[in-house]
Amino acid sequence: MSRRAQAWTWGAVGVLAVVALWELYKWLGPADGVVVGAEDGRAGSGVILLPRTNDRAMPHVWVMVGRLFESTSGGSTPPLIVPVVSAAVLTLGVAAVGWLIGVVVGFVFALVMQRWRLAEWGILPWIVVSQTVPLIAFAPLVASFGSQLDRSGVPWPQWLSVAVIASYLAFFPVAVGALRGLQSPDRAHVELMRTYAAGYWPTLVKLRLPAAVPHLLPALRLAAANAVVGAVVAEVSIGMRGGIGRMLIQLAGQGSSDPAAAWGPTFGAVALGLVAAGSVALIGVGLKNYRRGEVAA
Amino acid sequence: MTDETIAVRAAGVGKVFPTKAGEVVALTGVDLEVAAGEFVSLIGPSGCGKSTLLRLIADLDEATSGTLSVFGKTAHQARLDQDYGIAFQQAGLLPWRTVGANIALPLELHGVGKADREARIAELVDLVGLTDFVDRHPDQLSGGMQQRVAIARALAERPRLLLMDEPFGALDEMTREYLQSELARIAAETGAAVVFVTHSIPEAVFLSDRVVVMSPRPGRITDILPVDFGDARVEGLRESPEYFERVTAVREALHGAPVERPNER
Repeated sequence: MSRRAQAWTWGAVGVLAVVALWELYKWLGPADGVVVGAEDGRAGSGVILLPRTNDRAMPHVWVMVGRLFESTSGGSTPPLIVPVVSAAVLTLGVAAVGWLIGVVVGFVFALVMQRWRLAEWGILPWIVVSQTVPLIAFAPLVASFGSQLDRSGVPWPQWLSVAVIASYLAFFPVAVGALRGLQSPDRAHVELMRTYAAGYWPTLVKLRLPAAVPHLLPALRLAAANAVVGAVVAEVSIGMRGGIGRMLIQLAGQGSSDPAAAWGPTFGAVALGLVAAGSVALIGVGLKNYRRGEVAA
Repeated sequence: MTDETIAVRAAGVGKVFPTKAGEVVALTGVDLEVAAGEFVSLIGPSGCGKSTLLRLIADLDEATSGTLSVFGKTAHQARLDQDYGIAFQQAGLLPWRTVGANIALPLELHGVGKADREARIAELVDLVGLTDFVDRHPDQLSGGMQQRVAIARALAERPRLLLMDEPFGALDEMTREYLQSELARIAAETGAAVVFVTHSIPEAVFLSDRVVVMSPRPGRITDILPVDFGDARVEGLRESPEYFERVTAVREALHGAPVERPNER
């Protein structure tokens, strides 16, 4: 079996294992779960040790998948998968803009930090600290700042706020990864460029950028995943309509009457992350030669 | 003598490295002249400053005392003018570039046109015997082949001076002897002066017109021995009595006394 076929096989085995585990627990576990210290007559009291397995809490896998192809809200509405896909595409677009902003900002930070040691000492700690600020804390700030701009004449659609918030998560791995990459050339290579009397820019273009590629690719992939998470959370916290995050919250709210429906946008969000990370992986295909250092060194 | 006939001239050159434990004298009172087209080896134990001296000539470090000139200019100006080519112990090829692209790197950096670059690459891979490997990447080459690429790269801009810091140090003995013969041929063909750092006595004797013997603590030149095999640097030379005579002379200079030879018949 080729390496490629093997990879696909093991990928499929992984997915099947999750499905099997889900169904196995649903079959074996108690319908009302295991709860300790519950008070009689008080819903939600006590500590849940094992989750409930009834159809409301854990629908069968085939029910969840089947629900995707049933009409969204009865009547002649299109099957659930249609709004899920269109919401996922919208979120993907916003996340892509966020990713792009994050990559540019992160890269500029990395270039500045590589160029001036002092900048690295001054900026890097703040970059790390920036990621400890919870997204939902400053999402409303970005949104209100955006709408103020919009009112004062600079067009600022709501989705741009979401993209900016997504970029806040996306820039971090790029800044750190690109910095490591730009600093990765051996002393011998840097000295070689010096013997060629090559200045900062030629050294950057011919040596540091190519050498940074192996560090940059995983950083871009992480940034893509972060941008998706950021976009979904930002949609919810600033109340943007039409995206997958908003849809998830909406359908989860109707969970008691239509439990399988909330899993539709969940699958959509998973697919979204895979598509985002996969698209970035495509960038790596064109840069194969720059990854030779990974094995040769 | 004019500037053009002296490749390297060092007068009273010294280098002091400041460290936490105080100053370390890496080189002191180095007087040396390397004529154009001459092959000079620097030999000595670790810490004798031979690599430091090479780095001073290459303007990778700055001398703390004395004067150093390369073709009559300061070492700094000579570096800016690209008067030398350099090769290190590690080939230092860029892994993402093919053999040809690695050789062309200095040409690219100095704005040589594509057609001229292609022509020069073809000449150089022919010179180092790697014509069939021009499109390979470094990870597909043996250590000896990588080192030959590094030499070709050092020669790319037809430098009048070649600086080499133990370029064969990491290679096995067979490859090493083969590349020594190649280098002797290439140096003769190009007419470049060579300053060659090594800690192998046979290597220094085989290649050089003169062997500069150095000693540590503080790093200094203790002896300069003429070898002068001229055009006789062929494989047979390694077996000849003259060769052994000079190897012995260098060894004695290194140890500072006649070497005891218990097995001498």
